[in-house]
Amino acid sequence: MTALTGVRVVELSQVPIAWAGKLLADMGADVILVEPSGGDPSRGYPPFVDDEPGDDRSLYWWHYNTSKRSVVMDLEDEAGREQFRSLIATADVLLEAEPRHRLATLGLDYDDLAPIKPNLIHVAVTPYGRDDAKSDLPYTDLTVMAASGPPWSCGYDDHSLPPVRGALQGYHTASHFAVMSTLTALLHRGVSGVGQFIDVSMTAASNVTTEAASYTWLVAGRTVQRQTGRHASTSPSSETQQRCADGRYANTGVPPRNPAEFAALLAWLKELGLDTQLPEAVFLELGAAWQGPFDLAQIGTDDEITAIFGAGREALKLIASTVSAQDFFLGCQRAGLAVGVVNAPEEAFEDAHIRARGFHTPVHHEDLGRTITYPGAPYALQGSPWAISRRAPKLGEHNPEVLGELDQR
Amino acid sequence: MAGALDSFRICDFTGQLAGAGATKWLASFGAEVIRIEDPVREGRWDILRGTPPFVDDRRGVDMGGAFNNHNAGKFGITLNLRKDKAKEILTKLIEVSDVVSENFAKGVLERWGFGYERLKEIKPDIVYVSNCGFGHVGPYSDFKTWGPIVQAVSGLTFTNGLPNHEPAGWGYSYMDHTGAYYMAMAIMLALLHRQRTGEGQWVDLACTEAALTLHGPALLDWTVNGRPTRRAGQPHANRSAWPPMAPHGIYPCAGDDDWVAIACRNQADWDALAAVVDEDWCSEEQFADFDSRYAAQDALDAHLSAWTAPRRKFEAEEALRAAGVPAAAVMKPQERIDLDASTGNFGLWPTVRHAKMGAVRVDGQPVHFSETDWQLPRGGPCLGEHNEAVLTRLLGFSAEEVAALADEGVI
Repeated sequence: MTALTGVRVVELSQVPIAWAGKLLADMGADVILVEPSGGDPSRGYPPFVDDEPGDDRSLYWWHYNTSKRSVVMDLEDEAGREQFRSLIATADVLLEAEPRHRLATLGLDYDDLAPIKPNLIHVAVTPYGRDDAKSDLPYTDLTVMAASGPPWSCGYDDHSLPPVRGALQGYHTASHFAVMSTLTALLHRGVSGVGQFIDVSMTAASNVTTEAASYTWLVAGRTVQRQTGRHASTSPSSETQQRCADGRYANTGVPPRNPAEFAALLAWLKELGLDTQLPEAVFLELGAAWQGPFDLAQIGTDDEITAIFGAGREALKLIASTVSAQDFFLGCQRAGLAVGVVNAPEEAFEDAHIRARGFHTPVHHEDLGRTITYPGAPYALQGSPWAISRRAPKLGEHNPEVLGELDQR
Repeated sequence: MAGALDSFRICDFTGQLAGAGATKWLASFGAEVIRIEDPVREGRWDILRGTPPFVDDRRGVDMGGAFNNHNAGKFGITLNLRKDKAKEILTKLIEVSDVVSENFAKGVLERWGFGYERLKEIKPDIVYVSNCGFGHVGPYSDFKTWGPIVQAVSGLTFTNGLPNHEPAGWGYSYMDHTGAYYMAMAIMLALLHRQRTGEGQWVDLACTEAALTLHGPALLDWTVNGRPTRRAGQPHANRSAWPPMAPHGIYPCAGDDDWVAIACRNQADWDALAAVVDEDWCSEEQFADFDSRYAAQDALDAHLSAWTAPRRKFEAEEALRAAGVPAAAVMKPQERIDLDASTGNFGLWPTVRHAKMGAVRVDGQPVHFSETDWQLPRGGPCLGEHNEAVLTRLLGFSAEEVAALADEGVI
């Protein structure tokens, strides 16, 4: 028994919400992906297995569609719409990201479907919400993100370089809110028996996922400026990204900010024999001997506190210049400092901690006679195991079993 | 309007954004979220209590703007868990709660005597969700993290950058936001499980793992094809390899640090863009078809940048959108919050009433429910603001007893 066993989700295939469907499917929901006869476009997205394009060889498709079943229905055709209505009658959730008028035009919007399935939860994801004509504009992950804030805060100290966006995260963020909405509505339905229509805006989702950029404007009417590898800020802050002896980077994150951390840093500096190379080491001594917590608001105004915190950063820089990024990360953490190595994704994936937690997930592809290692669970529910129950479906692979079941009703 | 989560009570130890963001969602939908803070340290474990932005010249643990943003709609009580009486009060609260949530370093709750085994003794069907950077299991489980560390270690910092430059990373704690979303999901998944089985459970959330899942197909390209993302010419965050699109990027405009994002998904988009741009280079052989454009992106970007550079970002956006090409100005905070009517019309920036700050706008939720929509009438709680209300109404103490507990330093 998993958290969503017995919950049937009908997902009208659209690239931006594939992640939402996967999150529900891997938690045990019966996610039935409804595709047009030509199939979802992401079936043709690279990269491909062994770099050879072809049917059912897209790793993009594989990743975003695990644990789902696929049926083909042509909603432009009345027979297909009738099948879809029959399917909805068996469903708990409809998840879709159609152009905002399409379902109403087809007679398949919430008002049409609720009479068929009164406690249906219909989650509609659009760029600006169902009531905003801007949702009719063409969009991609990139333009959603640009319009809603993330890139403004991300980039380099050198503002002649463009802001950057984290690929696919606009769609991921929209999907996260689609899933949170689905779970919220399911809990409510479990208590009240009532379903509902839910309007999710992709741009609104990223708009409220920008941390200080939004609340600094909302609260203080001030604008943050992007900086290399660290928080965008209304006034320039010290660099936190440090190139280590092996050429890789570490994020020095939160510098020491309590006496125990200053003491541990000083001890490590001495252990490496580097304390004599750092004139500011005396301020580390002061930091280590400080009574009570530091008033962080005084950094930059109180000379002594400013010097102590500056010395912390200088000590970290000096150590980083002599060790690898991974060793810097491990050494800092052992000294109690929140520091991270800047891993590439594959380095993160192969990391000992991630492996030890069982993140590597084998999935058998019987059609290829291969077992593929997939990324694992985002959370570890001890009582409701996450699992990839099947590889991503072939186009219409489950037509016989799903439609056969509908025919028997 | 009734809240979707009215029937749930959360005994909430979360703070910062990675935890507080999760219970903000629950509170928005009516869950009774009761934050528990340490009176001795004035709740400063959550550093956002006393840090900028501020609404005016006042400072202190009740004046942090970010804290108010992330804790709107919640109740706040103080418990000095060094004292047995405080532990008794916490035990009573857990007895009547559905969820215990926290994002401390591993072991903190256990040291106070409230590890999962004890929580289960108090409330057998309790849902306990812990959230920290590396989780409670594994070789790094004692390490310290916050958003930027999670982003660095998980690969999200590395992939957000331009070739031949150091990682640009994220100019904010994307993984504090997103870790909070996963925490909210985990809490609700466990509640759904309990709703159907009567069983509680512990969820071990490691933000680094949640972050790793967000690399899309890059990890399969590694495990299947052995192709690393650390390779020449990568990362190139503003380009699109999956699906391949060209041109695809963020281009300079006239103005003060103004930029426009442009994406051509297919031949039709390119034809439309070329008609808008209408310059000789558009018909160059090297841009004749999709494959050649994709291969010649450096040259393509140089030409397109020269076209955008003298134009205002909203003009470029409008011209391309009118032609059907995906385009969006890179919006500054003021532009997307106050000038883009879409966000205001959606009700995305509700005004909450904070006991000391007064009326303040906060991030709302980017969704609307037809039957049980979210609402955020109250601001974040001042330190111990609801001590009397919670202890009297929920736990049966008299006002005199509450006053005595305050005198004894229990609350």
